Amino acid sequence: MKRDNRIAWINRLLLPLLNILTAFAVTAVLFWLIDVNPLEAAEVLLYGAFGYEEGIGYTIYYATNFIFTGLAVAVAFHAGLFNIGGEGQAYVGGLGAGLAILMLDPTLGAWVFIPASIIGALIFGGLWALIPAYLQAYRGSHIVITTIMFNFLAASFMVYLMVHVLRDTGQMTPQSELFPINSWMPFVHDVAAGLGYSIEASPLNLSILLALVCAVLVWFFLWQTRWGFAIRATGKNGSAALYAGINPKHIIIVVMCISGALAGLVSINELVGYQHRLIMDFHLGYGFGGIAVALMGRNHPLGIILAALLFGTLYQGGAELAFEMSNISRDIVVVMQGLVILFCGALDYMYRPWLIRYLAPVPKQDELSGVAI
Amino acid sequence: MTDTFAIELKDIDKRFGAVHANNKVCLQVKQGNIHGIVGENGAGKSTLMSILYGFYQADAGQIDVLEKTYTFTDSHQAIAAGIGMVHQHFMLVENFTVLENVILGSEGGAMLADGLEAARKELTRLGDEYGLKVKLDATIDTLSVGLQQRVEILKALYKGAKILILDEPTGVLTPQETEELFRIFGALKKQGVTIVLITHKLREIMAITDQVSVMRAGQMVAHKDTKETSREELAELMVGRKVLLQVHKNPANVRAPLMKVKHLTIADKQGVERLKDVSFELRAGEVLGVAGVSGNGQTELLEALSGIVPMTSGTIEVLGCEMDAKHPLAPDRLRQLGLAHVPEDRQRMGLISDFSASESALLGYHTDPKINSGIWLSDQKVEANCQDLMQAFDVRPADPQLKSANFSGGNQQKLILAREMERNPDVLLIGQPTRGVDIGAIEFIHQRIIDMRDAGKAVLLVSVELDEIMSVSDRIIVLCDGEISGRLDACDADERTLGMMMANALDPLDPLKTMDDLQASLKQNAHQETQV
Repeated sequence: MKRDNRIAWINRLLLPLLNILTAFAVTAVLFWLIDVNPLEAAEVLLYGAFGYEEGIGYTIYYATNFIFTGLAVAVAFHAGLFNIGGEGQAYVGGLGAGLAILMLDPTLGAWVFIPASIIGALIFGGLWALIPAYLQAYRGSHIVITTIMFNFLAASFMVYLMVHVLRDTGQMTPQSELFPINSWMPFVHDVAAGLGYSIEASPLNLSILLALVCAVLVWFFLWQTRWGFAIRATGKNGSAALYAGINPKHIIIVVMCISGALAGLVSINELVGYQHRLIMDFHLGYGFGGIAVALMGRNHPLGIILAALLFGTLYQGGAELAFEMSNISRDIVVVMQGLVILFCGALDYMYRPWLIRYLAPVPKQDELSGVAI
Repeated sequence: MTDTFAIELKDIDKRFGAVHANNKVCLQVKQGNIHGIVGENGAGKSTLMSILYGFYQADAGQIDVLEKTYTFTDSHQAIAAGIGMVHQHFMLVENFTVLENVILGSEGGAMLADGLEAARKELTRLGDEYGLKVKLDATIDTLSVGLQQRVEILKALYKGAKILILDEPTGVLTPQETEELFRIFGALKKQGVTIVLITHKLREIMAITDQVSVMRAGQMVAHKDTKETSREELAELMVGRKVLLQVHKNPANVRAPLMKVKHLTIADKQGVERLKDVSFELRAGEVLGVAGVSGNGQTELLEALSGIVPMTSGTIEVLGCEMDAKHPLAPDRLRQLGLAHVPEDRQRMGLISDFSASESALLGYHTDPKINSGIWLSDQKVEANCQDLMQAFDVRPADPQLKSANFSGGNQQKLILAREMERNPDVLLIGQPTRGVDIGAIEFIHQRIIDMRDAGKAVLLVSVELDEIMSVSDRIIVLCDGEISGRLDACDADERTLGMMMANALDPLDPLKTMDDLQASLKQNAHQETQV
């Protein structure tokens, strides 16, 4: 039993940490090759991400997006579905949030606008995932193929809407009119100011709380309810779930809608929280990043929050790095993120055999008495 | 009989992690003999043979084959030393011909035609010598299981095997095919081939082997001359204590039917009918056995009766409800009505290996209000539920947190049986209740099934083990190619009659002959009975 626990901790904690360290080590070699001092770069990156209040704000602001998309991928994954349509679902979710705000009377209060925009994002994101879900459940089209194609559909659809329908009159840029100020998700620095604390301004807004609430709800739903049980059973062993009387078609539909809805909430952070209007391509990268976040976070809400924070750090610190150091372009930052994904995703279990051999060795024979063979 | 050894294993030792699979195992197999190796699942038989065949390497010990010492690092070396292996699951390419399969891996040169010609000659010679007749140009998927096995044996002989190892060779055969296999063994033995037979069927050991070795928990516990031992003694050696091979039961007290199946037909996705016009009644207080060679519609029958696969036509009346193709009942609905189902394949369907035991013990009952408080699936109640089940069926270790995969086969099966039986269902469908289960647990499981029946429940038992069908059931139906090919009372059943019904005159070699055989056998039985 003790050995099982030790192995579980190796899988959950030690392995991801070692993988990240490896990714950083390889990045350091890369920096050294292009004449950048790796230690200096690390300092700039960490300072950019955590060194001052605005930087921290940005880091958490980016992490918020990754929590939403990470949870979206994880929920689907627990049902054995690989939802790689987070990009499209986030984008269309933004349409839902935007329409909800733009169609309501601008004089209404925040207590109407914010719930309405959240519901709009949930419904539109969920509905965008419902179509691939239906095709998978009742027509047998593979969810990976359909969700990725729906990303392109979403992109084209949104371009059309932004250019021809929702564009603010008298504007060349494809963006909607500004949301009424009542509908804005409050900035954390504003809330803090209201409470008497002074914090540097940053895009960080109360959506982070929404993300944390979602993480708790996802945990509760998956591990503490009968529906979560049915979902996990379907994901682990479809035949056994069928035997138990769980209808896999219903599971696919329900899970994909939840997944899409979670991805849709990216727009609350991005549009309702920061941009305050419908814009193009606000979602770029977060849907796919969510896959890496879910993978690193072992599809568990707590792990996802931590992984999202890491990716937030790389986004913010990386941007700072590209800005500060002339040898480092934006692309190098992408390479860094790629290395993290490579070691945490594709080479996830590389160190496992060694760790198990040294940290959780097989007990010797004399300890073995009583263990059933 | 010569006293040279074909195989001599000395102090073979092998560990897999915490499991000591082979503990100083010694084995001597005399040349030209048929040597049986028996033991429970997990006793280490397969590991030992895999070491001999070069799949695994022993941690310690010495392997002598035909009086030369070897260290095999892969199976090619074992083959070169004269060892041939016939696996439980055949290693054949389904859409290749017999000839192509045999030369696979020893094609001989770049041009296929030369190799094929040489092989054809050699195989014809081998076929004549050993009485192994197979059409060389038939594709594998047109051959019966018995003939496919014959191809496997030919393959080994073609590669020059002087020693044949067969792992559970009769598991997939009808009794008639088994007899044929044993006849081939006789012919091989006459030509000086040594045969090692791994099995858990003691009857076969007694019928055909010269010597038998018994393994238990990784060790060799006995070597016996078959003539000087008995089934009971071998069973006791395997388990380490006395075992009841016969189930004790009172006469059945049969009451009203609880399930009526009428003209049930099931077609698979390709439209092939897997079950054809099957009708029977299942009554309270009886065990109805369903016999048949695996893959003749038993799986489809169980899954249709439990609502998992849709029916194509026919009706099923169960516990006051009726279902047909247009009005199916879902598995959870049937469960609420009082129908429980122990699936044939516990790994695939019965439990979820990655789930903890307590979660697997919930499968199918996760919506039960007793375990849910509102929307909350109570951890305590889930665990208590599992604890109760484990206690009732003596599941070891009794740890609800342990991953389902970490239980032995017998304990997994007990957990599933507990889950399905402890809710006191009125109708119980059981598939292969003792597959891969130790002899000790088999006794226990059979007793529980009889207890259910004595409590007035209706039990449908599907099994490929004829012994099990005959000893536990009250009535027997036989499935062959999706049809009921025989119905009889268990007291009238014997292995030969059931075997004939299981084959249902569908022998690919000569259908007419077996039909005559069946009639002759039935006449003979009738004759014997009148004499008694």
